[in-house]
Amino acid sequence: MVQFRLPKNSRITTGKTWPKPEGASNVRKFQVYRWNPDDGENPRVDTYFVDMDTCGPMVLDALIKIKNEIDPTLTFRRSCREGICGSCAMNIDGINTLACTYGMDEIKGDVKIYPLPHMPVVKDLIPDLTHFYAQHATVKPWLETETNAPQKEWKQSIEDREKLDGLYECIMCACCSTSCPSYWWNSDRYLGPAALLHAYRWIIDSRDEATGERLDDLEDPFKLYRCHTIMNCAKTCPKDLNPARAIANIKKMMVDRTV
Amino acid sequence: MADAKQGDRPLSPHLTIYRPQMTSVSSILTRISGNALIVAALILVWWLLAAAAGPEYFAAADAFVSFWIGEIIFILSLWAIWYHFLAGLRHVIWDAGAWLEVSTAEKLGWICVIGSVVLTVLTILVI
Repeated sequence: MVQFRLPKNSRITTGKTWPKPEGASNVRKFQVYRWNPDDGENPRVDTYFVDMDTCGPMVLDALIKIKNEIDPTLTFRRSCREGICGSCAMNIDGINTLACTYGMDEIKGDVKIYPLPHMPVVKDLIPDLTHFYAQHATVKPWLETETNAPQKEWKQSIEDREKLDGLYECIMCACCSTSCPSYWWNSDRYLGPAALLHAYRWIIDSRDEATGERLDDLEDPFKLYRCHTIMNCAKTCPKDLNPARAIANIKKMMVDRTV
Repeated sequence: MADAKQGDRPLSPHLTIYRPQMTSVSSILTRISGNALIVAALILVWWLLAAAAGPEYFAAADAFVSFWIGEIIFILSLWAIWYHFLAGLRHVIWDAGAWLEVSTAEKLGWICVIGSVVLTVLTILVI
């Protein structure tokens, strides 16, 4: 359901302004969403000042610096620091992206950081992705076959393999799904761009033998057709993939098989 | 995850913090223009029914429609028709699986916005 206002327990208050670093000339202001599950308070936005002369170039560098030097309670996920694990997906400067690959030179003015939009918050910048992963699992993201397994590997032509380019690179960071207004209002039943991109990745895999069943599963007013081609997904994808096109291709296959 | 606190989890902010995108704004305008046209259509039907009902009733309805509020409603409706039409064409192209690159989609959005204004002005000039 469309609900524009945040629930009562989710409304954001003004938080603490942390002291500026002493003797620093090149300081940048960071406004970061905070929520602590243990204090019973509403979420707040804390203000931090970071000395850019002693900070790395990426947003993640600044977050780590804040955690190390200013406020050790700031909580966020991070791992690979090179855009391959998807852990540090968050809303930075109004768009969803990976903190590790988003340069601070791309942001004008203060740096505003929130968790991925319209998700239950576990703590600070960490959203609960349980439902998102469960939706991914429903598209059976693995090879489904009926014929006997070949003695060696399942073979595929170079052309068929190329059809997977732009799909297999997805790292499941959830930037796309949580940028989609349709997913905000209907995530209980709409699968969202990430899960649908994965569905398409297996639908067009020449080795997969469950194409018909996969399309049957998606033939649903909500699972697939809540996509209205808003395209926030493709615009925000930190890996430059295009879930909107993958979904359009699934819709096209639905039509093609009935006419 | 076994977490007693799960029920209390706040919902992270969405509409208020997400930067408006060319593609998302042009998409919601399609819906707004479509819904606004329903209201405009009701006024138009009322106006036609008034014409069928008799000269006195029509004079009253016509006074409202010709009044500046009516004029504004119909000029905006004209824009809404053009916008909804162009955005509809864009959807047909997308449903065919074409022009889904982000840069192309953004250009199409601008074409819908600027094109609908230009076509509205042209229509007013012609009529």
